[in-house]
Amino acid sequence: MSWHRKHLLDIESLSAEEILTVLDTARGFKAVGERAIKKVPALRGKTVINLFVEPSTRTRISFELAEQRLSADVINFSTEASSFKKGETLKDTAKNLEALNADFIIIRHGASGAPHFLSRVVNSSIINAGDGAHEHPTQALLDAFTIRERKGKIAGLNVTILGDILYSRVARSNIWALTKLGAKVTLCGPSTLVPKTFEQMGCRVTHDVEEAIREADIIHLLRIQHERQRKTMFPSIGEYTSLFGLNQARLAKTKPDALIMHPGPINRGVEIDSEIADCERSVILQQVTNGLAVRMAVLYLVNGGKVAPETAG
Amino acid sequence: MSDTTVILDAVAIQRALTRIAHEIAERNLNGREVALVGIPAVGDHLAFRLGKFLAEIWKHPVHVGSLDVSMHRDDLDHRAAPTVHPTHVPFDVTGKTVVLVDDVLFTGRTTRAAMDALNDFGRPKYIQLAVLVDRGHRELPIKADFVGKNVPTRANEKVFVRLTEDKHAMDEVVLGKK
Repeated sequence: MSWHRKHLLDIESLSAEEILTVLDTARGFKAVGERAIKKVPALRGKTVINLFVEPSTRTRISFELAEQRLSADVINFSTEASSFKKGETLKDTAKNLEALNADFIIIRHGASGAPHFLSRVVNSSIINAGDGAHEHPTQALLDAFTIRERKGKIAGLNVTILGDILYSRVARSNIWALTKLGAKVTLCGPSTLVPKTFEQMGCRVTHDVEEAIREADIIHLLRIQHERQRKTMFPSIGEYTSLFGLNQARLAKTKPDALIMHPGPINRGVEIDSEIADCERSVILQQVTNGLAVRMAVLYLVNGGKVAPETAG
Repeated sequence: MSDTTVILDAVAIQRALTRIAHEIAERNLNGREVALVGIPAVGDHLAFRLGKFLAEIWKHPVHVGSLDVSMHRDDLDHRAAPTVHPTHVPFDVTGKTVVLVDDVLFTGRTTRAAMDALNDFGRPKYIQLAVLVDRGHRELPIKADFVGKNVPTRANEKVFVRLTEDKHAMDEVVLGKK
């Protein structure tokens, strides 16, 4: 057991041991979700603020449920109804939340590094729920949890991440987590969205989809993030689907036990055929279930991380 | 590890558990209403061993489970998050006599957390407590029903229960410094 962090800001700075601590802890919390009474008192009396400065449904709901199942008091704060519209800075907003004695701030923000910034200006524990195109650590942790649950291990597996890598914080966090845990990561997609520079993160880059998925144990699909693209990175959605979409013909050439993953929301008929999204090899909905357990585990660990290590015992 | 003392060796542990099993059987005449629930990381192994002894005494299988109490502890704000162990309670505790099994009874706070955690699984008719070692220093009004050995200790000492299930070469209970 090794967790002494007060924040979860990214995967890049975590050790493999810390990642495994989260995954092991999440196993216990997953079991809680299978009981008749799905609530434990671990964060009783604590206040958690979900500060979502960028739209999110599934991540916010998942965090919110995780917080409630840990018995925390929960406040949601979203862009639509916030003082950002009135010109308040992120720092001032956070300072106000801190003045309300928020123990945890879960932040989703369009600017990379926003959670890191907050961790320097307030005393609350900060958990990154996605910052720009930088990182989405809890997504990577739930993906790793799902892979380990289904495959029994992560080290040595071939993981192919297919799609919009350039704008994807999910991809970045997954690359860090999976390479630290010993998986062999391949990235694939249009060359405009999957630049060779990603090889510096310790993975392989290819633009040939059939080659990328042939030996894969895990095929991780990413959505094309229209909202983050400032200009058109490929000619059309139709062309993307025909060149990179996962269809039955392509799936037939993969390992029979390769798992299909997707962080959601899925665009049926674009990056994935509708039937494939619902097939036995798809673990997309298990990812959602596991996300809840992983987020409970992160909150639980980060709560203990506020205490100086020497007092533990 | 020079100033450590062996409190119980393998034979003494075996003898203590056998005696506890007989005491549980004496106290609870209907074995079919009894379930053993061990508190990890050591109490679950002890519960399993007691379950085997009791199955021989009662001539029928005995319910054995393990209950992680970390999420119910009252000291989560004062320590690094304790390791979460698997919880496995494959039977309904409602109406049963649940014997909680732990290796060492110290402040009583783990036992309190265990009773709290157990509530989430149902409403036992009775809860009893069996421990291998009672080392004193209680901070809560909690008392064990079945004790392997009472060991007076100092607050700065620690009791280590080492079992072969945890890949130790042999069973032993050792008193050492923290």
